Amino acid sequence: MVALSPLTPDASPDRAEVVVLPTQPAPPRKRPSRLVAFRRFATGRLAPPLITLAILIVLWEVLASGPNAGLPPPSRVVSDTWELITDPFYVGRGIDQGMFWQILASLERVAIGFAIAVVVGIGLGALIGQSRWAMRGLDPIFQVLRTVPPLAWLPLSLAALRDGNSSAVFVIFITAVWPIIINTAVGIRNIPEDYRNVARVLRLSPLEYFGKIMIPAAAPYIFTGLRIAVGLSWLAIVAAEMLIGGVGIGFFIWDAWNSSRISDIILALVYVGLIGFLLDRLVALAARLVTRGTAST
Amino acid sequence: MANKYLSVELVDKSFERGGSTTEVLRQVSFVVDRGEFVSIIGHSGCGKSTLLNIVAGLTPATTGVVLLDNRVVDAPGPDRAVVFQNHSLLPWLTVYQNVRLAVDKVMAGKGKAERHEWTMRNLELVQMTQAAGRRPAEISGGMKQRVGIARALAMQPKVLLLDEPFGALDALTRAHLQDQVMQIHAELGNTVLMITHDLDEAVLLSDRIIMMTNGPAAHIGEILEVPLPRPRRRLALVSDPTYLRCRAAVLKFLYERHRLVEAA
Repeated sequence: MVALSPLTPDASPDRAEVVVLPTQPAPPRKRPSRLVAFRRFATGRLAPPLITLAILIVLWEVLASGPNAGLPPPSRVVSDTWELITDPFYVGRGIDQGMFWQILASLERVAIGFAIAVVVGIGLGALIGQSRWAMRGLDPIFQVLRTVPPLAWLPLSLAALRDGNSSAVFVIFITAVWPIIINTAVGIRNIPEDYRNVARVLRLSPLEYFGKIMIPAAAPYIFTGLRIAVGLSWLAIVAAEMLIGGVGIGFFIWDAWNSSRISDIILALVYVGLIGFLLDRLVALAARLVTRGTAST
Repeated sequence: MANKYLSVELVDKSFERGGSTTEVLRQVSFVVDRGEFVSIIGHSGCGKSTLLNIVAGLTPATTGVVLLDNRVVDAPGPDRAVVFQNHSLLPWLTVYQNVRLAVDKVMAGKGKAERHEWTMRNLELVQMTQAAGRRPAEISGGMKQRVGIARALAMQPKVLLLDEPFGALDALTRAHLQDQVMQIHAELGNTVLMITHDLDEAVLLSDRIIMMTNGPAAHIGEILEVPLPRPRRRLALVSDPTYLRCRAAVLKFLYERHRLVEAA
């Protein structure tokens, strides 16, 4: 470890001096204390979005405060919906429930529909990724079906299932399944030949191959599909619930519109946005945990 | 019985693509005795790897047959463990798990403790026990290849197939691994078939060297015995007349008689 002594301009050149360099290793660089780290995080990461948000809210307040404004300003929204904000666990009759229960009902439908889509999507994706014949047979059909808008499936599922709730779940399923199928298939088609050869030399059974090679190798692709799928599901549930009614954030918005409670709608949109963001992050986090090491081959 | 442990008999291989047929291998025949270390050397593109894949069972031969211990090879299996050129460790498994996967498959009937022990034994053989918990992305190229060797050894193969195992490594690491392979070969007495394009490596490690002519339609040009006593020491061999004679023979074959004709 060599420490350089700083150059001092006033040192006269004729006077040479033996400088003893410190021999003990320099102390390890101290990690910034927690407080300093937090301050750096606050100014670097936290401040920009907060300031932007504040500016937008002020702008909105100004624009919506005029006499002819169609939408309430944020201050009105908060005062109008104060009861909803402060009592999310309110239990009333019928669809008169607190925000927590509304969102929970929607999340439940998404969870069921999404879970079925994961199982079916990975299964079908594995099939068409693995078998050229299955790909040629199914891929064109999938490519056409996946462009059908989610809500277009709703009447059909209502006719077939005769139940609003199951139909909403079906809409979620049919929305989420395509990106999962397609990404899984691509992931499996991209498994390096080497891994297949390893599996063949080891004589892994098809089931072992599926669990030990195929799924982990394709996991980064599968998770990309899951992330797209969860976003689409959350988009679709709000629309589907508007049509089927019952408890749920979608119908809450529709109901608020019918009773001209614009502030409630705005609050609901904020919640919908936050939950959608959280769902996306949740899947991203799961992906990071599951695919540790896989991505960097 | 000791003779002809592995025999490759009149193997032809041609690939068909879009109506045109390319003949890769023509009438390749050779035998490997039990415990023997045999290298196949040739210029790149001569079909060495194809030949190894046929022995491994990964690629079917067009005609001809491969016999191992008097049984026809028609599919890949752990009795012909392959150390692949680019290690092919599974990146989502740790070093230990990569070897354990093979152990679990080959010793399916044995107890957990025994399988664990066998995994560790093989990691020990290539001196990788300290890195057992690491993932392939966290270890060096030479270490990866050692784990690949450990995985192959753990299958207790009848013949160990090495597909240019040190090709992607730097010279120092390569020399170190060659020494290690020699040591393991001396200790366990494996039957080894190795593909290489490094003539020093071939002479140093092999009992016999199979020299391939250039493709298309490559065949065996010559088989050279390397009558050097074991254990062999790299440094002592530098001036050994037998070593130099063998080396010259391979050199002549590769660069005088079957020079790689550059495509114009």
